[in-house]
Amino acid sequence: MEFFLQNVVNALQWGSFYALIALGYSMVYGVLLLFNFAHGDIFMVGAYVGFFVATGLLLLVSSLGLVSMPGWVVLVLVILVAMFITAFVGVAVERIGYRPLRQAPRASAAITGLMIGIIFETGNLALLGARRLSFPELIETTTYTIGGVTVTNKRIMIVAVSLLLMFALHQFVQRTKWGMAMRAMAYDFAVVPLMGVPLNSIAALTFGLGSALAAAAGILFGVAYPVLSPYMGIVVGWKAFVAAILGGRGSILGAALAGFLLGFIEIFVATIFPSTLRDLIAFSIILLILVFRPHGFFGEAHTSRLRL
Amino acid sequence: MTAINSKLSTGKKDVSLFLQKLWEPFSVSPMLGWLIGVLIAVLLEYTVGLYVARMLGLPKIPVLFGVLIMLETPILFPSAVLYVLIIFIIPIALIARFTAPLTNTLAGKLIDVQPWLAVLVHLGLFYAALHLWAEINDYRVLVVRLTLISIILTLSLNVVNGYMGEFSCSHPGFMALGAYGASVFTLFLFVDDRTFGEALLPAQLGFLMFPLGLVFGGAIAALGALIIAIPSFRTRGDYLAIISLAFMFIVKSLIENLEFVGGPRGLGGQPDWANLPTVFAWTVICIWVTNNFVKSTFGKALNAVRDDEVAADAMTVNTRQTKMVAFLFAAFWAGVAGGLFAHVLRYVNPGSFGLQKLAEILAMLYFGGLNSVVGSIVGAVSFNLVSEALRPLEILKWIIIPVIFILVMIFRPTGLIAFTELNVINIIRPKNKAAVPQNVEVSQ
Repeated sequence: MEFFLQNVVNALQWGSFYALIALGYSMVYGVLLLFNFAHGDIFMVGAYVGFFVATGLLLLVSSLGLVSMPGWVVLVLVILVAMFITAFVGVAVERIGYRPLRQAPRASAAITGLMIGIIFETGNLALLGARRLSFPELIETTTYTIGGVTVTNKRIMIVAVSLLLMFALHQFVQRTKWGMAMRAMAYDFAVVPLMGVPLNSIAALTFGLGSALAAAAGILFGVAYPVLSPYMGIVVGWKAFVAAILGGRGSILGAALAGFLLGFIEIFVATIFPSTLRDLIAFSIILLILVFRPHGFFGEAHTSRLRL
Repeated sequence: MTAINSKLSTGKKDVSLFLQKLWEPFSVSPMLGWLIGVLIAVLLEYTVGLYVARMLGLPKIPVLFGVLIMLETPILFPSAVLYVLIIFIIPIALIARFTAPLTNTLAGKLIDVQPWLAVLVHLGLFYAALHLWAEINDYRVLVVRLTLISIILTLSLNVVNGYMGEFSCSHPGFMALGAYGASVFTLFLFVDDRTFGEALLPAQLGFLMFPLGLVFGGAIAALGALIIAIPSFRTRGDYLAIISLAFMFIVKSLIENLEFVGGPRGLGGQPDWANLPTVFAWTVICIWVTNNFVKSTFGKALNAVRDDEVAADAMTVNTRQTKMVAFLFAAFWAGVAGGLFAHVLRYVNPGSFGLQKLAEILAMLYFGGLNSVVGSIVGAVSFNLVSEALRPLEILKWIIIPVIFILVMIFRPTGLIAFTELNVINIIRPKNKAAVPQNVEVSQ
């Protein structure tokens, strides 16, 4: 039982990264019916932006000789600033790679997305070199043991921040006018712009929101696994993409749940079987789920092909 | 603003008019003339290339038309251009232009005798030129073989993503299945190997049986495709994309866990049977078969399914069967390409069939153009040549290539040459006005 609970804790942490990234894929798909294949690399960019903001902030604090800020204040600041900056990266990706292709076949936009992702990776490698940066230690690790289950404060923080962000996103989409516009666009891509809803602004907003969430995921990832590399976004990004599809395309709740589910599957497979079998079994399970639920958990069937 | 615009557009017009004027004398040269020109130019390089290169101050024969030299040592730029002019451009242009009357009659006669004979003669000339060009160093041989394999891959993906209009991501997986299938076939039967023990059959027989090994690899890939095809083609939309992506991860992970093929360390020691003629022959067969496949009623049914599945169904197209056959066909060729790939590099590991490969194949396909055999060939060749030519730039290469692709996608969203049919007779027919073909009704 303790063993089980321990793995549940691990899986919650691992799944929250997937869930946060999957939300970005899912929102873009919901509004534009496109996959943003640069999203995994935006996660990487977010982690690096977080790294630079954190180092800069620490330098600033120490050089000004201020009273040292508590670590969690710095972390919250870093997350907010990095989310803000990365949101603009996402908007730029939409502007350069997706808006010119709005009338083009959908696959063309997928290719530009892939290519922008490659530019991010190589650009990072060219600018920063092959050395791996390590994320600064902002909060000290404290370990709690509750009934035989070890939990660190970082783990609790990561899961809590992820859930908080997901809740905030849900409120935004359900309660605000912009959120309503996004939902309307997801409902009918063709008619809603005729009602005076600005398609381009909504698309930019969607990319921005998704990228901000990816940046948050990147920083939390950096807190948990402090080594950053230019290619850290590829595998995580593609797996989160799978989770987004599994949740049902365009469904926020579905993406979050599927992200956590993927985390659970991976962690439990890795503990029960040899860890080399992780991808094999995890993807086989996903394949099976998709065979029986072709549209994911919460997706609706697209009866006809909408754009190609 | 308008003044500038009109000035710009007249400038553009001037350039295109100039190019048209430049091209005009050559418009009468048939493909036969060009091929003979290329062959002679290559012969020229083969015999006096080194001498000319030394005279121009180049250390050795420029490997890829001088592009590498230009990027590595820009000071040699004029010499490299001069070399290309002297050895390639001027001889080819002269021969193509001045033998035009002769080659036109010859090409006309050949087509009149037997169209397939004409095609074979052209292919033979092309292969001779390619072989001589590649012969000069090993690097060229490798580049040419990998480029030809890319053509097979791109073409087979075009059947699914272009002609069928789905988005499949599983080609690296099929390639891996084909590569490992063919490798196990040859290693098990014909090679004394540590993993598989003694050869069961004499190695001399092996080269003749190599096509069988490739077909075996292709068949395994097609079998894998069946696993995707059965659940995927019940619904439309982006369902195939995700299933095929999951399949790709599964195949890679499966091979990493199979110890008897080396696991993550990979599998090496394949015999060197995938030489240039073999790869070339398989590429030609693939182009021929695929071209006939997409031009057949079956291919037309495939296009109908892409454009409107309900309507196609109403017109008695068995949509599910059509999609399955096309998908298996594509997977088969991807498997063959994988088998050739394994025997060209003589080593495979599961790491080479991952997301990077997927991005590469997709890029080649969408760069060249959907729904077009010529587009796939152009896409594969240009991608490989550009990526080899920019090699001296090292890391910047992977910024320049994506930028090129983004620009192509923005200005030509369907790729360079999309939605065209490959008509071989049209390419090789004589170009003078007297010999307009009299309804030659042969599809290759």
